[in-house]
Amino acid sequence: MSFEKFYVHNGQSWPLEQVPVMDEASFRREILKSCETGGRLVNLFGYHAQDKNLYLCAVIGMDQEGKLSVFAARMPGGQVHFESLTPVLPQAHLFEREIAEQFGIIIQGHPWLKPVRSHQDYSFYEIRSEETHEVAVGPVHAGIIEPGHFRFQCHGEEILNLEIQLGWQHRGVEKMMAEISLERAMLVAESIAGDTVIGHGTAFCNIIEALSDTEVPLQAEMIRIIALELERLANHVGDMGALSTDIGFLPVSAYFGRLRGEFLNLSMELCGSRFGRSLCRPGGVLFSLGPEMIEDFRRRLLKAQKDFMEIAELFFSTSSVLSRLESTGRISRQTAEELGLVGPAARSCDLERDVRTDYAFGMFRFQHIPVSTVVSGDVYARALIRRLEAQRSIEFLLEALDQIPSGELLKKPSALKPSHMALSLVEGWRGEIAHVAITDAQSRLMRYKVKDPSFNNWIALSLAVRGAQISDFPLCNKSFNLSYAGHDL
Amino acid sequence: MFSVILHVSFALFFSPLLLGVVAKTKAFFAGRWGPPLLQPWYDIVKLFRKGSVYSTTTTWVFKLTPVAVLATALLSCIFIPLGTLAPPVYFWGDALFFVYLYGLMRFFLIIGAWDTGSSFEGMGASREAAFSCLSEIILFMDLILLVMVSKSLVLCNMLNTSFFSSWASMGPVLILVVISFFLVLLVENARIPIDDPNTHLELTMVHEVMVLDHSGFDLGLILWGSAVKFFVLGSILISLFIPRHESFMAGMVFFMVGMALLALTVGVVESIMARLRLNSVPHLLTGGFVLALLGFIVILLKGM
Repeated sequence: MSFEKFYVHNGQSWPLEQVPVMDEASFRREILKSCETGGRLVNLFGYHAQDKNLYLCAVIGMDQEGKLSVFAARMPGGQVHFESLTPVLPQAHLFEREIAEQFGIIIQGHPWLKPVRSHQDYSFYEIRSEETHEVAVGPVHAGIIEPGHFRFQCHGEEILNLEIQLGWQHRGVEKMMAEISLERAMLVAESIAGDTVIGHGTAFCNIIEALSDTEVPLQAEMIRIIALELERLANHVGDMGALSTDIGFLPVSAYFGRLRGEFLNLSMELCGSRFGRSLCRPGGVLFSLGPEMIEDFRRRLLKAQKDFMEIAELFFSTSSVLSRLESTGRISRQTAEELGLVGPAARSCDLERDVRTDYAFGMFRFQHIPVSTVVSGDVYARALIRRLEAQRSIEFLLEALDQIPSGELLKKPSALKPSHMALSLVEGWRGEIAHVAITDAQSRLMRYKVKDPSFNNWIALSLAVRGAQISDFPLCNKSFNLSYAGHDL
Repeated sequence: MFSVILHVSFALFFSPLLLGVVAKTKAFFAGRWGPPLLQPWYDIVKLFRKGSVYSTTTTWVFKLTPVAVLATALLSCIFIPLGTLAPPVYFWGDALFFVYLYGLMRFFLIIGAWDTGSSFEGMGASREAAFSCLSEIILFMDLILLVMVSKSLVLCNMLNTSFFSSWASMGPVLILVVISFFLVLLVENARIPIDDPNTHLELTMVHEVMVLDHSGFDLGLILWGSAVKFFVLGSILISLFIPRHESFMAGMVFFMVGMALLALTVGVVESIMARLRLNSVPHLLTGGFVLALLGFIVILLKGM
């Protein structure tokens, strides 16, 4: 059986019945075929339709062509088996584990069907040997960070295996989204990951706007991406500071820390929250920049740009820093591709993946931001990609400040369309944020699927440190700086 | 007896200040004001007013460690001149005794760490043991050089002010001694680039992780002991630079200024470079040993 491909755009909604529905075997074949021809698994999730049947839905992104295809499979009633894609398509591993956990499906042939977020009846992978030792770190950590458990199997200082156990931050976001009012859902979306407020907030807004056919005023679109880039800047600069803290390079860590504050303060002045809360609302934004503020922003951005260049230059020209970063925690391009990494983690492995250009959303449809890539895939590359992206973001912001359109800020969205599906991808600072929503016949949200970039990238951390020194783990971890809350939902 | 008490109290009082100077220097480079100079003192006083918490897996070994650390540090200080204060105790071969006192301190730190049964502390202990193997060789090599220059195996003769005149004849050798000894100072006191005293990341720590389970009063003893160790090793280095002087006060001023400059140097080193990768620390230490060895060869060629 062959199906006509159903292509959708980022930030678009479509009637649910348009999604091609196939049987389980062709669904599997279709995914594999798409992924062989340059596709990438953007999302794979299950939902209960109103006919009480369970469906699996795949979103495949053809990054090079900028096309997104959507298709689904109806799981026959009573059947709880699905043949695993993971042995042939490693990037499906966590999606399948999630489906197994959420819907009780048995994924046959999955090499590692461990629960994603619950910890019941699970024993860690271990090596029984006199020569190796086990180190357990967390879930409570020394710094002020989120809870996660890391189990190392080491031979002396060398890490043989790292198993990451997450789920302590599970709040039931996806289920909550479908049960609460849209006003509250907006607040929940902003809280999916505390450092990606604008990213997840914009993704949620795009979904609601797509489902209600709301045309967002251009000024609002512009403010959104200005806030998005400010968020990226604050986090990238903060990460570079954190990297220098971890290697004990004090001056740079202090200066980057201060600089991060500058960008957070700009968000603060834009919307009253350093982390961008209550800026994005379905239909637009709540705040804008007046002419005086624009001037002030420009002045401060120019100052920050100058400081950033100087400090980054110091950081990247100190030989003791480079010797610490280079060839630590390397991920090959092939591994990155197989794991389906996204965001800076992928771009530091020479993979050109950026939602801002591949599936341009909002104002990025008119304003392009060049994609940066680095080849080496190590901690150095992940530091360098942050520097390059931060530089590009500042330049972009300076340009964007000139071009803020006038007009409305907020257009109240109308009611949601019944039995529709919508997809929204946003390039948050960590990478591709994917939200998918399905409404029922009564126009209520029936299923809301969130995928934070951390969901794709956590596995990369455990592979990056394999064979590395255990004392380098904190550095590798910081170089990815993934979200626990975003993964645990 | 009085001179011993004077010597020990001098070290006890001034050693935390040294750490204060290091912290201030680092803060300056980071563009901050930093903690007050007396902060290490405040910390020790604060810790002494607290109770200690003991894990149920630990035994008396764990409780002995802090006492042993401070005791060995104080014992080591009575063999070396502190500025114009001559060492109250000396005997032939006390240089060897001195080195092994630090061996003893390390022994107690390591078994104290093992006693907790924590995987972090075990890793820290193994790192400490591995690095100290190398730093001990450098320390010995430096002492051998000093012995050969001063022709005495007694620390107070090696480090007294008449030594300063040797710079004219033995300058190059002494420079090698100073560089390699500075390295020993950094390793023994867990400073950057070997260890990071400020980090909160257990997996990367060397010295800090071994005392992770100590708290309150016990931690205070360990902090104080480490400060004294820094002070003592530092004063050996500074003693090499104190010129012949007339008055008691002049010698003391030389010493104190020298110590402050040393703390400043340590602070600068910590500020301008990142920490080494753990597995390249042995390379650095081997390099330090080679420098000391070079000095040895020079002395041999010079025919003493």
